[in-house]
Amino acid sequence: MECQEEKPIIYTMENKPIVTCECLVEGDQWLVSESPVYLLKEELAFVFEMLQQFEDALVQYDELDALFTQYVLNFGAGDTANWLGSFCAPVNNWSGLLLRRPIDMEKRDGIQRGEASLLDLRSYLFSRQCTLLIFLLRPWEVTQRALELLHNCVQELRLLEVSVVEGALDCWVFLSCLEVLHRIEGCCDQAQLAANCSHTVGLWAYATDKLKSLGELCGLVSEKGPTSEDLNRTVDLLAGLGDERPETISSLQSPYKKLKEALSSVEAFERHYLELSHAAMEMYRAISRLRSARLVGKSLAEFYMKKGDPEKAEAFLQEALKSYVSEGWSLPVTHTRKQIAECQKLLGRTEDYLQTSAMLAGDANLTMEERKHFCQEILTFAGKSEDQSDKVTLSMGVFSQLTRLQFQPATASVHSGAVLQVEINLRCLMPVSVHIQQLAASIHFDLERAGTNGRSKGAARQTIPGTVEFSHDTSSAGPSSSSGGPPLELEEIQDRSPTDNSLNSTGVVCKNTHLVMRLPESISLPDTPNCVSPPAVTLKEGAQMLKVQDVTLEPGNNSITFTAPSGQPGTYTLRQLFATVGQVQFVLPHIYPSVQYEVYSQEPQLTVEPLSEPLLAGLSQMVKFTLLTGHYTVKKGDALQLSNTDTMPILPSTSCSARISNPTGELVGESALSIQSSEKVTSISLPATPPYHTLEFQLEVLCIIPSGSDHPPNERLTNGEVRHRPRSYSHPDTPMTAIDQRMSIDCPWSIYSTLLALTFYIPFKTKHSLLSAGNRKYIQVCVQNMSDKNFTLAEVKLTEKQNASLELESLNTKTQQLLCSKHSLFCLWEVRWQDDLPSCLQCVFSTNFSPLKQDVSAFKPFQYQFQLERVTTLYSVRAEILPPAGEQNCRSGFLCGLEVCITRLTEPAEGEIAEDSKTDTEGLKTTKLMYEVADSSSNWAVCGKSSGMVSMPMTADATHKVQIEVMPLFAGHLPFPKIKVLKYLPHTAAVAIQPDPDSCVENDSLSLLDKALDDGGDTASIRSRGSVHSVGSGDQQQRGVAMPRLEPFSPGQVFNHIHTQQVLVLPATDDHIMEVNAT
Amino acid sequence: MAVCISVIAKENYPLYIRSVPTQNELKFHYTVHTSLDVVEEKISAVGKSLGDQRELYLGLLYPTEDYKVYGYVTNSKVKFVIVVDSSNTSLRDNEIRSMFRKLHNSFTDVMCNPFHTPGDTIQSKAFDGIVSGMMVQAG
Repeated sequence: MECQEEKPIIYTMENKPIVTCECLVEGDQWLVSESPVYLLKEELAFVFEMLQQFEDALVQYDELDALFTQYVLNFGAGDTANWLGSFCAPVNNWSGLLLRRPIDMEKRDGIQRGEASLLDLRSYLFSRQCTLLIFLLRPWEVTQRALELLHNCVQELRLLEVSVVEGALDCWVFLSCLEVLHRIEGCCDQAQLAANCSHTVGLWAYATDKLKSLGELCGLVSEKGPTSEDLNRTVDLLAGLGDERPETISSLQSPYKKLKEALSSVEAFERHYLELSHAAMEMYRAISRLRSARLVGKSLAEFYMKKGDPEKAEAFLQEALKSYVSEGWSLPVTHTRKQIAECQKLLGRTEDYLQTSAMLAGDANLTMEERKHFCQEILTFAGKSEDQSDKVTLSMGVFSQLTRLQFQPATASVHSGAVLQVEINLRCLMPVSVHIQQLAASIHFDLERAGTNGRSKGAARQTIPGTVEFSHDTSSAGPSSSSGGPPLELEEIQDRSPTDNSLNSTGVVCKNTHLVMRLPESISLPDTPNCVSPPAVTLKEGAQMLKVQDVTLEPGNNSITFTAPSGQPGTYTLRQLFATVGQVQFVLPHIYPSVQYEVYSQEPQLTVEPLSEPLLAGLSQMVKFTLLTGHYTVKKGDALQLSNTDTMPILPSTSCSARISNPTGELVGESALSIQSSEKVTSISLPATPPYHTLEFQLEVLCIIPSGSDHPPNERLTNGEVRHRPRSYSHPDTPMTAIDQRMSIDCPWSIYSTLLALTFYIPFKTKHSLLSAGNRKYIQVCVQNMSDKNFTLAEVKLTEKQNASLELESLNTKTQQLLCSKHSLFCLWEVRWQDDLPSCLQCVFSTNFSPLKQDVSAFKPFQYQFQLERVTTLYSVRAEILPPAGEQNCRSGFLCGLEVCITRLTEPAEGEIAEDSKTDTEGLKTTKLMYEVADSSSNWAVCGKSSGMVSMPMTADATHKVQIEVMPLFAGHLPFPKIKVLKYLPHTAAVAIQPDPDSCVENDSLSLLDKALDDGGDTASIRSRGSVHSVGSGDQQQRGVAMPRLEPFSPGQVFNHIHTQQVLVLPATDDHIMEVNAT
Repeated sequence: MAVCISVIAKENYPLYIRSVPTQNELKFHYTVHTSLDVVEEKISAVGKSLGDQRELYLGLLYPTEDYKVYGYVTNSKVKFVIVVDSSNTSLRDNEIRSMFRKLHNSFTDVMCNPFHTPGDTIQSKAFDGIVSGMMVQAG
């Protein structure tokens, strides 16, 4: 109290006032008695103001403001400050701020008198602050403080529980907002305002808000207009405004006038409200507070809805919805969508409404009742029996989600006509079970590029997954934009050169660029269930559809099975999914990731395979025929026509049955086969077999072992093809000789014959040799079992074909012989003849064989033909070693004589004369022989001439003796030195190689037999067997002319007696000293 | 204390939003969503002036008649928004800050959970507990 007398101001030199007023701090009591402290502080502020110290003046007011706020808070918290009672009086004037006067004396007086209400006090203080701030050129602070003040006042009145007429505060706030804005506009130019609308926009929005609530309160927003009650309320509210202030009476746009006008009629209200709303939205947009702008827009939409103008409302709602969806705010989305649904219903936009309803029906944010309601809306519409043109197409995504698709069989690849099932899992989002008349999936069909024999190409093709999972956001309004777009779908590509399949280039291709490269703001809009409008749905009417009628989808997961069409071979791609509910059709425009299945067609295939490996020639064995019918249906009466071949007859068997099995390998039938053989063909009647089944039957076949020089003339098969003689060759895998036996089969499904080959192996390898003992001749045949089986051989026989007089005496004792695997059997015959031994023998070795432990009936014949030439012994060679004269025995180191005696045994045969004889001048036929003494074992030293030429007369018993000196080098029983006798062909001799009778044979047919002969004997003869006979002989001629040559005899032509003969050789002298030391 | 606490992802979708059950949840959603305008404005304003050395606490975003909305942005641009009743005048700025700090710590814990996929909504019970604590204090 004392300080009231003291002026608490001290001026500094710089005219800066210094306030020393501690008493202000403890100011509880000042205001108690008619607010003197308040006035004191204000006077201080006045002084500062007069001194142009606006800052300080403002501080005074701010302090007052803060103090007052604190009192109010304390009061609210229970502090009993009775002086505040006046502020708690009911508010009866809400005329708003008045900022046009520097000092509102009217209010000041009121405060002084203690009659001011809280609003009056706040208004007054604010008007003073506003004035000062404008002096300080801080208008934007005014707006900020104004907003704070208005919020604060509303709160304080609530806190103090001051009774206020409903709507009065709205009026006050509205008027105040506009007043502040007017004041600011008054002191700023337009450009400044525009640049700083972030400061003013709050006030605009607040004013808009308040006007709206006033409008609603006074019944100005409803379609019908205000009721009498509303009118009464309006009158009350207007009364509280009091008279218009004199300052603004002249102004046409004063807040007072505006409010009065706005509340006066529905139209005026609408005009003012729209003006404010648009202004606020405009400003929010200008400062890019788009969310705020949309919120204002939404509230505008609500207004329009109440006015019954859904068309205008929808635009705002859609815009807001778009922003909520893109940012993933599910609750606002649901709420806004509900409003949109209402809008669309009013507008009669059925399709949109149904789409929105579908979304809402599946919206987990709504209560079950609401969802059921929206679901029912759809079902009601769907149930209406209208004509087809009223069909409504909606996006599937909101109705149900495709979660999984599964093929059965899982390879997703079947032959044409087979059953392929597609199971799809749909998660139905509806709250109730929905009956669907038809669920269909359209199919895009691609004709297979690579013809119809699809299976073989299958490996190159990418494998189709049997199960496709579709990913969805589990929450319908989840943060769909967070995923940042779909994942990249990359695929490797390789560009290969068409000619040699070499790699030209390789790379990686993004298959879903169109999805990935979308602009960021549009991400997730088209393919999420949150989208504002259903995506453009194109119904692709394909001829092929997967269809299921009458399905009931329960809420949650459902599984539906389709049977996929699989008629034509090709690739089928599932494109779209449709669900038809009455008039409503839900469409999934793209099934992604793409789902494909494949239908292939297969040509019938006939294969033959042995029942047991390896097939041995000469034995009857079972082979299995397998017929994959492919697309061909085997009808009753269809038959396979096998061209008969002599080399491989098909043995008739009575109990032949065919097994039919389905593609999965199950046996579906078994029936007897009827086999009819005629001379040319064997016809096998097949049982009726459905397509893509397997028919199996077994036949017994026998491959006859080729016996050698038997050459049937080339014959033609029934189909006119030249029959190929089976070729024998040595197989790399086995030591056995293989024969490929070809079969030609005429099948009912093709005009061409099917050629099949079976490989048989000859179990035996046969060799022959000619053995001689002087004039006696023996033939030895060696049969070697090359196979893994053991055989019994019986009736081993050797016959000669040409010379009946010839007798072959078997020296084999056993009639049956066991021939084990990998073993050999030797058989020997002595050749006996009466007159002359023919120089050429055509022999046939034959035997019967059967696998071990089988009865006699199982014996099969085996033949081996061979030819022996120059069998006759022409010369015999004898030798004698003569000890040196006077000695009984040879001594090592001493020369001895070797007397070689060559005797001609036979009269010359015809061929021989022509071949290599020469007629002497006396008419005596002689032939020249060359002898050679060669000792390979270094036992003998040949002294002097070791070889020489003798001229042999070609008569029997002609003998020629040759003396040669040899010296034994060692003592002991030494074998005789070797004496070779060779034919000497002088250069003049005509080359007279007999044309081989076999030369017309195919070169290779006898290669097997040739081997047996090929032991260095008759090379000329062998050479001459070549099919290129003329060339070969030409070659011979050239060489024959060139120089004389030596030719060895065939084995058996020269019989050498000195083989294995030995002679005793004594040591040179007996002067060897043997020293024996005994110690 | 708080009437609504929310965590908003960098991309502006809600990771977590919880409000006192007595009041209209939808209204808070709208309020928080709208507050993002101011958050963005503040972030861009700060970004220009101070570079990366900015304070995470954004202060009062905007007052409404009934509520005060406070914001906080982590360095990874995750936003925390706390809505406080205007009538609750006892709440100081420091307390709001400490609330945000607590929230941030708890959020970090959630992110550290190896079973949590960043970008998913927060389901953590611990986080729930912290939030409940902040909301209950008001009582």
